[in-house]
Amino acid sequence: MKARIFKLFLVSALLGLGVSIKAHAAECIAPANPGGGWDFTCRQIGKIMYDIGAVDKPVQVTNMAGAGGGLAYNHVVAERNDDADLIVAASSATSTRLAQNAYAGMTADRVRFVGAIGADPGVIVVAKNSPFNSLGDLIGAIKAKPGSVTFAGGSATGGFDHMKPLMLLQRAGFTDIRKVKYISLDGGADAITQTIGGFTQAMTGDMSEVVGFLKAGEIRVLAVLTEKRIPGFESIPTAKEQGFDVVAVNWRGLYVPKGVSDDTFNIWAGRLQKVADSAEWKAAMAANGLAPFTKVGGDFQSYIDEVVAEVRKLSKELGVIQ
Amino acid sequence: MDILTNLSLGFSIALSPYTLMLAVVGCFLGTIIGALPGLGPSNGVAILIPLTFTLGLDATSALVLMTAVYYGAMYGGRISSILLNIPGDEPALFTTLDGYPMAKAGRAGDALVISGVASFVGALLATIGLMLLAPMLARVAYLFGPSEYFALYLLAFCTLGGMASNNQAKAAIASCIGLGIAMIGVDNTSGMPRLTGGNLHLYDGVDFLVAIVGLFAVAEVFFFIESHGKESSIGVKLEKVSVPWKEIILTRWVMLRASAVGFIAGILPGAGASLGSFLAYMTEKSIAGEKGGFGTGVAKGIAAPEAGNNAAAGGALVPMLTLGVPGSGTTAVLLALLMTLNITPGPTLFTDRPEVVWGLIASLLIANFVLLLMNVPMVKIFVRVLQVPPAILLPGVTMISFIGIYSLSGSYFDLLLMIVFGILGYVLRKLDIPTVPVILGILLGGNMEDALRRAMVISDGDGWYLFSSPIAIGLWVAAVLGFIAPMFLRGFLKKPQRVTD
Repeated sequence: MKARIFKLFLVSALLGLGVSIKAHAAECIAPANPGGGWDFTCRQIGKIMYDIGAVDKPVQVTNMAGAGGGLAYNHVVAERNDDADLIVAASSATSTRLAQNAYAGMTADRVRFVGAIGADPGVIVVAKNSPFNSLGDLIGAIKAKPGSVTFAGGSATGGFDHMKPLMLLQRAGFTDIRKVKYISLDGGADAITQTIGGFTQAMTGDMSEVVGFLKAGEIRVLAVLTEKRIPGFESIPTAKEQGFDVVAVNWRGLYVPKGVSDDTFNIWAGRLQKVADSAEWKAAMAANGLAPFTKVGGDFQSYIDEVVAEVRKLSKELGVIQ
Repeated sequence: MDILTNLSLGFSIALSPYTLMLAVVGCFLGTIIGALPGLGPSNGVAILIPLTFTLGLDATSALVLMTAVYYGAMYGGRISSILLNIPGDEPALFTTLDGYPMAKAGRAGDALVISGVASFVGALLATIGLMLLAPMLARVAYLFGPSEYFALYLLAFCTLGGMASNNQAKAAIASCIGLGIAMIGVDNTSGMPRLTGGNLHLYDGVDFLVAIVGLFAVAEVFFFIESHGKESSIGVKLEKVSVPWKEIILTRWVMLRASAVGFIAGILPGAGASLGSFLAYMTEKSIAGEKGGFGTGVAKGIAAPEAGNNAAAGGALVPMLTLGVPGSGTTAVLLALLMTLNITPGPTLFTDRPEVVWGLIASLLIANFVLLLMNVPMVKIFVRVLQVPPAILLPGVTMISFIGIYSLSGSYFDLLLMIVFGILGYVLRKLDIPTVPVILGILLGGNMEDALRRAMVISDGDGWYLFSSPIAIGLWVAAVLGFIAPMFLRGFLKKPQRVTD
């Protein structure tokens, strides 16, 4: 009998956990498994919203991995279109895939993009003992012998990390894009490990993925793909000042379902702005290598439209889509 | 002595009453989670992460609680392996091979104590290893490129055929089913979906936890339904628990060797605890030879996988803390927790945030002693959870399996998939085809393919690249030997089989 009571207690405790997740708190869907950028966005923004009192209950994070965010996108469009308590983490990867029709034909106008409050600058990295001392060296070597350099990156072939070196090479007048070797690994840390190990010659990724290795002196960052040098990392030159006019940042932001009212949209935009202005978020950005990049509300939607159009044009030129 | 200074810093944090309490609570919750079929360390930790935020824990406390759950679940996994023949989590799979036969022979108590002590030895040695070697071992990951990984996975598959079945052909079929399932999803190299039938849910492939719970827990329920009214294999009697000193002393070298093997397997990114317990079991089985009687319920066959998987759990923390590359599913979840807490794991973590790292190491040591106390003298409490009649237990198992899987992905599709795997498991077991290679195929197949494809991109399709380093060549030699040797030794070796009655 005792055992049965214990069992019941246990089961109800487990059920209780399940139920509490479904309570009325706001929900943030991270369209990937724990540990990645989207998960970080949800957990960090959700936690700060609660800490600074922008929401009155802790934001519940749901991980809905699948199809590079496509599963969550379809889920929101098809099943949660008017859910006012729902936010979803998004980034450049979201807009890149939307531009490349990678979400089963879904377009960017099926949800409302609330805003971005930080960006992870793109970087091109080599191991500390690499013969390449500048971006020009690396690009020159590829132009001379395309097969001599393999890039490692954390996104799939045709993804954002893959596009960065291709965009640089295109600006440098190299058009035989398909000859550039790229291997996709399970995340930036894996990609960097392979590069330090000498299995690949360069790594393409985001600043946040390389900060730890940079401080440990294991790598050199050849270029950061921003307009200006990043605060705190002033010694790293931009690609632009080295003569390759490419700006590629991985913004971190949110979208909400299309069917919510303008009021709801504005409430979320206001909350997001509060997070952007908070000291906690600034500390989180500094700790994770994010650069300031705040675009909230209507501005952001038009920014997304521009980005999608640009990426679509580029992807066609690069042969990633038809 | 840097280490002693650091360790005393760690203990000064870990020994505060509050932190200590968190460690005890974590151990208790972890053991229960581990013991329940289907709920393993990774979904256990994932379920409990919201708790750390609700409690408003600081970084160190949150880490202490979650790693105590992690270690606890690794201990708990053996309980249902031994008593129910259902692995409580995926690394405890190999504990069923000898643990269940021993329990059926009326020695469930002995099996639990031996495995508890082995878990303790494995986890303790791994924690010490983590402490001493972490900064150094981090560099091992730099030596493993695509060709080395490919050879490593090949080694696992070659030895797999020999261990899982008495019939090599059936094991091979099972491996192929597993590899076939692993091919489902978006192909990483080309970005094209394969075998998905246009279904978005399948774009990321089949989650191996879904497959494991389906093949084991759900299939078990089907078997129960079939044998309804007859004597069930579930509910092995547990009499007085005494300590079988003689056997523990007999297995001391087994535990040490298995800990070393498990620890190394844990350090390799992506390999994790399953490979650790698998390699530990296989090593000991080949050392013991025919006389060892592995698969019939011997102490060594219980000690090896348990020491191996607990050591691997500690080993998996090494790449997670030092490189930010998770060594297993659970460390991936822990990595998420760290990042949420604004701690960036990486080569600098040990110097930047010593209080986090050493507080964590000290509480792992403490948690380990707490777990030994909970899992040996107090093991009956946890066994109670599993001692309820099958008519109540199995629906409970089903429910917890469903909750566990749903909590993992939040997708009803995975629940349907789990039932499909349950049916597959039922059919395979009726045909006497082992299910272990199916799981390992799903677990390793994708990684193995990725490694091969990456090697081919780097080398422009030159096959010799696969033999381009001493490590790769060594692994190839071991793989070929592991494949060929059982054929010649078949007359001498009796292979263990998962008890399916």
